[in-house]
Amino acid sequence: MNALDTEVKDGVDRETVEAVKSLSGKYKYGWNTEIEMDFAPKGLSEDIVRLISAKNQEPEWMTEWRLEAFRRWQQMDEPDWSMVNYPRVDYQEQFYYARPKSMETKPKSLDEVDPKLLETYKKLGIPLKEQMILAGVEGAEEADENRKVAVDAVFDSVSVGTTFQKELKKAGVIFCSISEAIREHPELVRKYLGSVVPASDNFFATLNSAVFSDGSFVYVPPGVRCPMELSTYFRINAENTGQFERTLIICDKEAYVSYLEGCTAPMRDTVQLHAAVVEIVALDDAEVKYSTVQNWYPGDENGKGGIYNFVTKRADCRGDRSKVMWTQVETGSAVTWKYPSCILRGDDSQGEFYSIAITNNFQQADTGTKMVHLGKRTKSRIVSKGISAGQAQNTYRGLVSMHPKAKNSRNYTQCDSLLIGDRCGAHTVPYIEVRNNSSRVEHEATTSKVDDDQLFYCRSRGMDEEEAVALVVNGFCKEVLQALPMEFAMEAQQLVAISLEGSVG
Amino acid sequence: MALPQPKADATAARTAALRMPEGAKWATAAREEALSRVNAMGLPGRRDEYWKWTRPESLVAPDAPEAAVFDAGEAPIFGEIDSVKLVFVDGVFDPAQSDDPSLGGVEIERLGDAAAADIHWAKDLFGVLEARGQSPVPRTLAALNTAFAAEGVVIRATGKAEKPVALVYHHGAAASDAMVHHCIRVESGAALSVLESGPGASRFSKVMEVEVADGGRFDHIRVQGRDHERRTMTHVFARLGAESVFKSFTLTMNGVLTRNECVIEFTGDEGVAHVAGASVGDGDFHHDDTVFITHDALDCESRQVFKNVLRNGATGVFQGKILVKAGAQKTDGYQISQALLLDDDSQFLAKPELEIYADDVACSHGSTTGAIDETALFYLRSRGVPKAAAEDLLVLSFLAEAIEEIDDQGIAAEILSRLEAWLARRR
Repeated sequence: MNALDTEVKDGVDRETVEAVKSLSGKYKYGWNTEIEMDFAPKGLSEDIVRLISAKNQEPEWMTEWRLEAFRRWQQMDEPDWSMVNYPRVDYQEQFYYARPKSMETKPKSLDEVDPKLLETYKKLGIPLKEQMILAGVEGAEEADENRKVAVDAVFDSVSVGTTFQKELKKAGVIFCSISEAIREHPELVRKYLGSVVPASDNFFATLNSAVFSDGSFVYVPPGVRCPMELSTYFRINAENTGQFERTLIICDKEAYVSYLEGCTAPMRDTVQLHAAVVEIVALDDAEVKYSTVQNWYPGDENGKGGIYNFVTKRADCRGDRSKVMWTQVETGSAVTWKYPSCILRGDDSQGEFYSIAITNNFQQADTGTKMVHLGKRTKSRIVSKGISAGQAQNTYRGLVSMHPKAKNSRNYTQCDSLLIGDRCGAHTVPYIEVRNNSSRVEHEATTSKVDDDQLFYCRSRGMDEEEAVALVVNGFCKEVLQALPMEFAMEAQQLVAISLEGSVG
Repeated sequence: MALPQPKADATAARTAALRMPEGAKWATAAREEALSRVNAMGLPGRRDEYWKWTRPESLVAPDAPEAAVFDAGEAPIFGEIDSVKLVFVDGVFDPAQSDDPSLGGVEIERLGDAAAADIHWAKDLFGVLEARGQSPVPRTLAALNTAFAAEGVVIRATGKAEKPVALVYHHGAAASDAMVHHCIRVESGAALSVLESGPGASRFSKVMEVEVADGGRFDHIRVQGRDHERRTMTHVFARLGAESVFKSFTLTMNGVLTRNECVIEFTGDEGVAHVAGASVGDGDFHHDDTVFITHDALDCESRQVFKNVLRNGATGVFQGKILVKAGAQKTDGYQISQALLLDDDSQFLAKPELEIYADDVACSHGSTTGAIDETALFYLRSRGVPKAAAEDLLVLSFLAEAIEEIDDQGIAAEILSRLEAWLARRR
């Protein structure tokens, strides 16, 4: 029985229920690609770490960095403070490196890539061709000529290819896989890798530091507005294989970049591990937009299988007036443990976090953000919507910290949750620390805070209260979704129907 | 699971310094069970998440830190209110200063007397609610109190009490370490009001277990001693029956360290619980309100209103949680925690939590922190109100939402006048 067949309470918008249902329906990306793979031996040891490093042809300093992280990881305990319950992962039962055989020598151009791999991405709606790509959007061919998206496609442990590299190079933007960056741009990688999320940061980040295989690297030089959207598409294919991607984005002074991330995996009965680290550095006046549609396999309706998504994402707004915006739509994964954060170090820097997390069946999500205000006049805004159905648990966990020196700073947080059915749970765990009095911090989790003027306007046009609220709230929700780039339009549109009626704090 | 060594050591050191009071079989059994809880959970330490923002060391140390006895030379609070006054000096009952404990509709006994009786109704309460309150987070200091507190009162209201019971806690010796444990049962349809005041001791631990039966009503007003170096640790454990009403208000004025924990459980439908607090702190002041409300019945209403006014490096902490269990439909939960920081050195740390497993509920929380509103201040000054008076006015209006939780207008007026005096003294 579909868990969503449960009686829905009055006041919960039918459309919302339908939207959640359609999202949680058949997992579209659950097929798997039959392809010959090279695996590293099962389990985790110093030898495996060395092997991964060797496979990526890394310099000595990188190998050492990994080994140090691995030694530290062995001393650490898996965290258990989040509101998720899952059988512990046996880290020795996983493969830490899986590469399609055909990728043994990296193809020089996309034309040389194994057609099977190209086919995989095409099927996912991510054709790796240098053409204008708007995944899933109808009429894309006629769309604006200038709207291009460069894609870095990661298949299990390796990057298959990166499109538009030449054109980006012309603009001075470096966009390649992290393994390539370690070889080609060691000075940048050495300077920034681990500077936002230190190798010792937390259990999963440390594990990632030891065994990360591939991911994307972006460097946008001073004053450059990246000419196209950059995106990475992560695909887990092999069984019992963990994916440990590492992404590093450096946005230099006065530069701008918008980065998208998508991810899917085949349906399998056994759980799979995904422990990624994303580091963003924004220097003076830089702006980074980071958008995610997380659609890992969530497990079946009985809670069997699925991806364990243990991710550390953090942005360091190092420069004055820098700005980082995280937008996430979380619909997949059996267990999510993810807190994209901003360290607002530079004066007048800004951090934003917009999140929609949807859990159904036996999914569990513990997600939120941290906004650490260190610089003067820093601003942050958090808007989080959690929707829980079936027997799922959805937790918002966040931290807003105003340090004594962060004078005249501002935070606004709003988190709303919606429960569909009476067997799921929605939780809010915000931490608020204010250590100076010129800053203002507001946290609320109510549905009543709809703008009175807008309500009055709607009512004066003859709408009844409920209609007016629905309209205003839907408009507000759309505003959040519109923070997503066009490429996610299709998936986002399905979510637009969500209203907050009948929701709770 | 075995405790980490430092925790086990700290716990052993603390319990070694204490002696379990004598009592009847049931009381001793309850105390011994409490002690085994203490040993199993260990006393709080710095690394405990539940003590993230409040350092428990001075509450846990075997010896109580000294606190100078403070005499404001002003009339005691609630002095004008007709009540049955029971006085404790450093946690020891003083019959000479106390009223005759006879009150229509109410039975009042000392804990020692009740615990000595072979058969007593308090058996179903003493240590029972405290034990229930130990999950999901340990409150070991409360268990320690159950195990070792020799003093306290046992009150049973069988009808509507004619007047309130006033518990007055005097501080005598500079380094006194007091533990007081009260058990209160409000029978079906009965009503009782309890007033508490005074610093208690240089280190004061107090547990109050309250059971309000169906249709009963319990009012609790507490004023924690002011301008004092005291350290206070209090717990209120309440279990509420159907259609019962529980209202608690606390005013805290200074004190080096105060941690007030309140654990409430709704077991019957349509219960009402309001917990409110106003705390004003200046300088070396650390105030912590930790509240945990469990909704396990239909159609209950809970309200938490906490306001902090902080200056000169004072710290305010709020940890509030509403847990709505599956099936507790039609729950109405409200929680607000706000701080007014009068200068740049003060801080407010808050964790307003919701954990909800029922879909037809309305739960909300809000938390704001900031300075006095400049626009409001400007407005008042433009009307000719001097700056200091305008600030006081804004502070009092900020605290008003919490004070409005007091139903008795006489008491509310008294609380307000104490706050005005506090503000005036701080000029």
